[in-house]
Amino acid sequence: MSKFRLSRQTSQRIAFALISLAALVVVAPIFFIVGYIVYEGASAISWEFLTAYPYNGMKSGGLLPAIVGTLWLTAGTAIVAVPIGIGAAIYLSEYAKDNTLTRAIRVAIINLAGIPSVVYGLFGLGLFVIFLNFGTSILAGSLTLGIMTLPVIISTAEEALRAVPQSFRLVSVSLGGTHWQTIRRVVLPQALPGIITGVILGLERAAGETAPILFTVAAFFLPRLPKSVFDQTMALPYHLYVISTQVPGMPVQIQYGTALVLLIFVLSMNVIATLIRNHYRKQRFW
Amino acid sequence: MTNEHEEQQKRSLSWLEFLIERAIQVSGVSAIALVVLIFLFLIKEGAPAFFKVPLSSLFAARWYPIESYFGLLPLVMGSMIVTIGAAVVSLPLGLATAIFIAEIAPDWVRDILKPFVEVLAGIPSVVIGFIGMLVFAPLIRVALDIPTGLTAFTGVLLLAWMALPTVVSVAEDVLDAVPKTYRDAGLALGMTRWQVIWRIVLPAGRSGVLMALMLGVGRAIGETMTVMMVTGNAARIPTGLRDFFMPVRTMTATIAAEMGEVAQGSPHYHVLFAVGLTLFVITFIVNMAAASVVFRQVKRAERMLA
Repeated sequence: MSKFRLSRQTSQRIAFALISLAALVVVAPIFFIVGYIVYEGASAISWEFLTAYPYNGMKSGGLLPAIVGTLWLTAGTAIVAVPIGIGAAIYLSEYAKDNTLTRAIRVAIINLAGIPSVVYGLFGLGLFVIFLNFGTSILAGSLTLGIMTLPVIISTAEEALRAVPQSFRLVSVSLGGTHWQTIRRVVLPQALPGIITGVILGLERAAGETAPILFTVAAFFLPRLPKSVFDQTMALPYHLYVISTQVPGMPVQIQYGTALVLLIFVLSMNVIATLIRNHYRKQRFW
Repeated sequence: MTNEHEEQQKRSLSWLEFLIERAIQVSGVSAIALVVLIFLFLIKEGAPAFFKVPLSSLFAARWYPIESYFGLLPLVMGSMIVTIGAAVVSLPLGLATAIFIAEIAPDWVRDILKPFVEVLAGIPSVVIGFIGMLVFAPLIRVALDIPTGLTAFTGVLLLAWMALPTVVSVAEDVLDAVPKTYRDAGLALGMTRWQVIWRIVLPAGRSGVLMALMLGVGRAIGETMTVMMVTGNAARIPTGLRDFFMPVRTMTATIAAEMGEVAQGSPHYHVLFAVGLTLFVITFIVNMAAASVVFRQVKRAERMLA
């Protein structure tokens, strides 16, 4: 029997080949999807496409209201999620003791991160749109997206705060700094690049989400810009969904162009976050 | 005079500090409050479904809300078939990619690969659904010679791929957590690198691999836009393997597709919230299970240190 067994070197070679192949299967489609959208969509991109209102049943014109709407929503998400998220991260990293409450908070964060995005949409509809009577509005959408983004911001910010060496805190306290002064003057500045990276990654996710805004803010077709947070708005991800499934006879070029604009919007946030992280990682002296 | 002034400044500073610290504490517990709030609102809007629609109807096999058929079975089965399929495909692929990144790839390949997996996590699901509809589904239709490419199978493949960043990053953490001394011991005994990975590193990280699987499941079951766009959305109960290559309809897609058109307070509205409540409970259980694995690991690590 054992005569037919592969030699150890051969089985290692086979295993490594299979594993490398699997890694290729994972990565290759990313190139394909991004490349294909760029290839098909690039010809649609023009100044008009980015700055004009859509008309002719959205088959002509541009994306202006959708782009502006997504900017509003991203900013709204940041206003909701950043202060609470960083506050919670500071609490977990600098104040929380190892007790039941802290453990409950961690369990809650894991669960918040796991709730399906469409369930956030339902929650936003039930609480913000109907119960608090904000209506379908940027306010309701931003609050929904903000809550959805919280767990991402909390965990990345906490990680950044915890990476600051304990000795920094001890020096500050030994010089007479209070707990808050230590956090404000020593810990936060050191952790800031990491926190900003986490915030951008969280906002990137929010900007690309469709399901949470379906019933809370998104307008099918609304060829004007929002004036206040109580207005409805179009948004890029929902617009892509609409023109690729709900509008028959839509020119493919416009569909790919919209996908490309959304992809550029989202991935440029990703690149910025990565650049910030790499830049400060090199500068760091600890 | 100056002394008094300083005193005053100090007092106002300590007051400010007091307020800030309270605000931080409130943010800290906000996560708990939010989970509870979400749960309560899903119950508030979802529970009436169980009074307005007879239970026998809810557990029936027919989902056709226009004629008040609210059988949830096809939706639950649809979600299950897609989720389990995605988990089965993405676990080995994710594990292999994590092994490749952590153990095999040279440093420069790793430095390129890791950001690319992050890019994958950043592609909006509506974009993947879009490409799935326009490019991937027609390919599947032609390759398998079936009437439509919008099938459970199409959803499974795309979902598996989308769950990969989660599975890969958790699996990577698991592999990193296995102490280097274990590997060195294996190598010193003359094992090949593959034997070390297969016989030592993976068994040592067993529980973490389980967690990667569960988080991947949690990610897949909640995915909405991609699934809605590529699985064809036919609410039928799968009966055999053949149904894998036919359209299905998941719970998430049903909510997303129908909530925009129902009258607030109608039975249909409440039933859709009940579907959301079901999803919330399922992901809650899956994530609690994953969390318990994490806490158990922490405890074991503490024991080893003590």
